[in-house]
Amino acid sequence: MKLTLRIWRQKDRDARGRMVAYDVDGLSADMSFLEVLDVLNEQLTTAGDEPVAFDHDCREGICGACGMVINGVAHGPQKLTTACQLHMRHFKDGDTIDVEPWRARAFPVVKDLVVDRSAFDRIIQAGGYISAPTGSAPDAHATPVPKVDADAAFEAAACIGCGACVAACPNGSAMLFTAAKVAHLGTLPQGQPERPSRATSMLAAHDEAGFGGCTNTGECTAVCPKGIPLTVIGSLNHDVLGAAVRGR
Amino acid sequence: MVVSGTRDRAAAATPPAPGRKAVYRSTVGAKGVMAVSGLLLLLFLVAHMAGNLKIFFGAESFDHYAHWLRDIGAPVLPHTWYLWIQRFVLTAALVGHAWAATVLALRAKRARPVRYAHRPKVQGSYAARTMRWGGVIILLFLVWHLLDLTVGTVNPVGNPATPYANVVAGFAPSRWPVTLFYALAVVAIGFHVRHGLFSALRTLGQRTAKGEQRARVAALGFAIILCAGFLSVPFAVLVGLVG
Repeated sequence: MKLTLRIWRQKDRDARGRMVAYDVDGLSADMSFLEVLDVLNEQLTTAGDEPVAFDHDCREGICGACGMVINGVAHGPQKLTTACQLHMRHFKDGDTIDVEPWRARAFPVVKDLVVDRSAFDRIIQAGGYISAPTGSAPDAHATPVPKVDADAAFEAAACIGCGACVAACPNGSAMLFTAAKVAHLGTLPQGQPERPSRATSMLAAHDEAGFGGCTNTGECTAVCPKGIPLTVIGSLNHDVLGAAVRGR
Repeated sequence: MVVSGTRDRAAAATPPAPGRKAVYRSTVGAKGVMAVSGLLLLLFLVAHMAGNLKIFFGAESFDHYAHWLRDIGAPVLPHTWYLWIQRFVLTAALVGHAWAATVLALRAKRARPVRYAHRPKVQGSYAARTMRWGGVIILLFLVWHLLDLTVGTVNPVGNPATPYANVVAGFAPSRWPVTLFYALAVVAIGFHVRHGLFSALRTLGQRTAKGEQRARVAALGFAIILCAGFLSVPFAVLVGLVG
């Protein structure tokens, strides 16, 4: 199969970027989207051109490293799927596909499709953890967790921090990511001691990074490869406003 | 010793919470202002819509109701005092609502300085997408509406003593463009409430899947009931049921 890829090329952080069209031939419908970029990069390297830079790691849909906006949708048209698990059978021979990086002030483009997502690290550093004394590991059943809570926490914990929520949000908000962490830890008994300060601190780091506010539009959850539900944002709001009302 | 050591480490690892003030300055704080002020305005809309239906009981009943509004709280509150308190609260809610919307809209604009080259229509609901411009349209409508049926300057009768006659004259068939503007504004309010009520409940901490379903149904229900109630009056005047 043959495709035309229109890809955002940007030399470095400060350079101006633009969309550049490339024809790629001899593709298989069983290739993943990243493998198509690999084929393109072989072509470019052979021709002596600069290959397209993009982030990738596990290529199994679980690490959160890859991420690009494909035809205007973060991770492409397939629901609950990362770009590395998106296969070309979902496209037609001869298609023109637009590929862009995540676009947000808090995610500056480093090169081509690679963005700097360290704003997420700063949000995690602000409270996305629990404090536990070190020593021998406690028995797994030392702290009972109700099944309902365990399931809810796991659903939120499935977030891989890829940043698709930010890329899709009309407000450039990272609320789904931040809220997933708050809901994950805040649902479990181990997360209770720091619960009020966690939500407030992580929100402060979120706002400080320059992300927008949430308007509950739901774009984020529509593109999330892990299907994090919009309800987690309610958990964040609940913890933040609850902490403010109780003065903690 | 071990305990204090653990505590020190925990204190070192945990940055101090930004405190209550920081919450009010945060995006969630602005959303909280938006939610609470929006709920106040929604409460008013429901009362306003229900009061409007008095028109179907005749001129005397409607005018009597309108004049009673000036005496709510009597004899504790002097004539029109309640009305002015309500006006003050609603204006404060409106200002807070618009302030939060402006702050968040400007923030959203700054959050994405480079736009997407290829961006299909946002997948969210029409109601969610039109909150900002819908809000501006509703505000413009409000100005006209107050000049029409509260102050009376743009109303053909405009007599504060005869609200029934003002309504009938205002929605007379010959003034159909005005009626059409009213109808469009009411539909805009319906869309605004449909996303707004759901969003307000989420902002105030609604966080279960079942609750989300209930919130969506409630928001749609309020939107439909408000639209139907508000549209019934100009429609009744237009077709001669009220006149």
